[in-house]
Amino acid sequence: MKRKWLSGPYVLWMVLFTLIPLGVVLYFSLTDSMTGEFSLSNLASIVDYWPIFLRSIWLSIFATLICLVIGYPVAYYIAHCKPTTQRLLQMMIMLPMCISFLLRTLAWVALLEDTGIINNFLTSIGLSPLPLIRNNGAVILGMVYNYLPYMILPLFTVIMKIDPRLIEAAEDLGCNRRQVFAKVVLPLSVPGIVSGITMVFVPAVSTFYISQKLGSPGTILIGDVIESQFKAAYNPNLGAALSLVLMVLIFVCIGVMNRFTNDDEESMVTL
Amino acid sequence: MKRLFSLLLIALLLVNLLPVSVFAAEETVTINVYNWGQYIADGTDDSINVIEEFEAAYPNIKVNYMTFDSNESMYTKLKAGGSTFDIIIPSDYMVQKLIEEDMLEQIDFANIPNYQYIDDSFKNLAYDPDNLYSVPYTWGCVGVIYNTKYVDPADVGSWDLLWNEKYAGKILMFDNPRDAFAIAESKLGYDLNTEDSTLLTLAANELREQKPLVQAYVMDQIFDKMERGEAWIAPYYAGDFLLMVEENPDLAFYFPEEGFNLFVDAICIPKGAEHKEAAETFINYLIDPEICAQNLEYLGYSAPSAAAKELMDPELAENPVAYPDEETLAGGTAFMALSQRGTQEMDSLWLTVKTADNSTTVYLILTAVAVVLVVFLWVFFKVRKRRQKARRCAKWKTAQ
Repeated sequence: MKRKWLSGPYVLWMVLFTLIPLGVVLYFSLTDSMTGEFSLSNLASIVDYWPIFLRSIWLSIFATLICLVIGYPVAYYIAHCKPTTQRLLQMMIMLPMCISFLLRTLAWVALLEDTGIINNFLTSIGLSPLPLIRNNGAVILGMVYNYLPYMILPLFTVIMKIDPRLIEAAEDLGCNRRQVFAKVVLPLSVPGIVSGITMVFVPAVSTFYISQKLGSPGTILIGDVIESQFKAAYNPNLGAALSLVLMVLIFVCIGVMNRFTNDDEESMVTL
Repeated sequence: MKRLFSLLLIALLLVNLLPVSVFAAEETVTINVYNWGQYIADGTDDSINVIEEFEAAYPNIKVNYMTFDSNESMYTKLKAGGSTFDIIIPSDYMVQKLIEEDMLEQIDFANIPNYQYIDDSFKNLAYDPDNLYSVPYTWGCVGVIYNTKYVDPADVGSWDLLWNEKYAGKILMFDNPRDAFAIAESKLGYDLNTEDSTLLTLAANELREQKPLVQAYVMDQIFDKMERGEAWIAPYYAGDFLLMVEENPDLAFYFPEEGFNLFVDAICIPKGAEHKEAAETFINYLIDPEICAQNLEYLGYSAPSAAAKELMDPELAENPVAYPDEETLAGGTAFMALSQRGTQEMDSLWLTVKTADNSTTVYLILTAVAVVLVVFLWVFFKVRKRRQKARRCAKWKTAQ
């Protein structure tokens, strides 16, 4: 490639704001918070937090799967609409993203609370209120609601680009509709699925606001612990170690996922 | 006509010039004030808007007002650097800690004539024994706020209410280690300033036991949750109760019989302040008896000066929540700064409380199942692929 220098500003940007900070994170995670000397104690204390790591990963996996199950049909439907309808629907999906993420989560709190809109309505018509908030389900709901657009948009882009002639060819060769979907459309939309899963899973696993607002003290996620280390406890060293481990875990999860798709696909969308 | 027009223009020019020359004499400075959330009268409910009034009285000083939700988060922000503050209002033990770590500027009391109105009982306190670094802003006690609509009066009176399983999911708790541990320590009868590892661990166990009953660990959100009845029981600062009860008259307050924390919040100037003199002007303004009275009338916190108390609404000045009698006050203990080791131990115990978990096995089983499934699927696909290849090869050979 000629004109390599064109990518210069971005390389500089990445070194300054990605690589160097990563080095700082690494440095902090390997030093003691009191003395500043080299120590592995931060990384060693990770074992105390593995239940929270596990919960964060599981809740995000569930949220990602739900996003996929909801998002795929939606993306498929939009991809087969008229261009004008497509633009409208696409805008409708993007619309909530124009409102602050914090506000949207707070709106869910107002809906789900014990004295919230839904429960007030239920009690006013004589039903008993439901435990809608402060459980794992509410946290997953918050994740699905907030990250669903990130699943639909890449899926939609990929499905729309599938060559209709391939589908026609499959039909000509005797595939029924189910077979067309299973043998042509689904395999061709794998790149969209992979990038959708990545775009939902990665922010979900490190989220902290959703679990604070919609979860209970018992559903604390790893993002909350990291946040508290920087914000209140003033132990950036432990916080850095936790985020480093989280990063490695995310890479492992994505690596496992790519193992399954790499075999079949030539072109891969990865991180 | 032309002359009239030019006269008008000159007049306009002069009007424009006037404020410029006034401002040229004294440059406008902006002081950064860092205070607790909901901790200054802001003009709502017919109260005085302290900051606006101050800016009107001192037009060359602008106030940039920011809030924090606990002493610890304020400390973290100061320690992390990157921002300069001219005024901070931490609590007693945090003032002591900041003095010990040399993070406070000495105040020039010559610039604060109103200091004479502060009661002698609030001068030279243990956190600032020589009174060089701080000026008391308010004082108060920690007690329990509860909703009389839902809470049985028979359960009220001690800290045990916060551990009462009848109210599971309706109990709020402090989201900072010092206040939370103080409650457990009071309940167990320990000293609030203990650094004994065993006692701290036992207090942490008490808090862990309480955790399943707790709806949320919160600070300023307590207002919203208690006022709307989303939560029924919460330990908090007495002054804030008086604010809440105006919104929700069902709320009530008591001082737990086992003892409680008595605090003084003091105004300080942190090291690195850019406009120390303007900050001192602001401090002087805040403790002016007139302003202090109107400010605290809204806040509900107790005034550290008798002069201000006299100017207040007598109903509030005699309120037993804001100004409890000697006998009740005897149950209060002030916080002292813990050593760095003690603070760190409390912090890490607090973290274990907040991260304690009882649904671990479920996730463990799920993970084990998932790992087995992943390995199985991987092997399955590999085997199938190899078979397919073998079959294709065989087919190709027979075709040859």
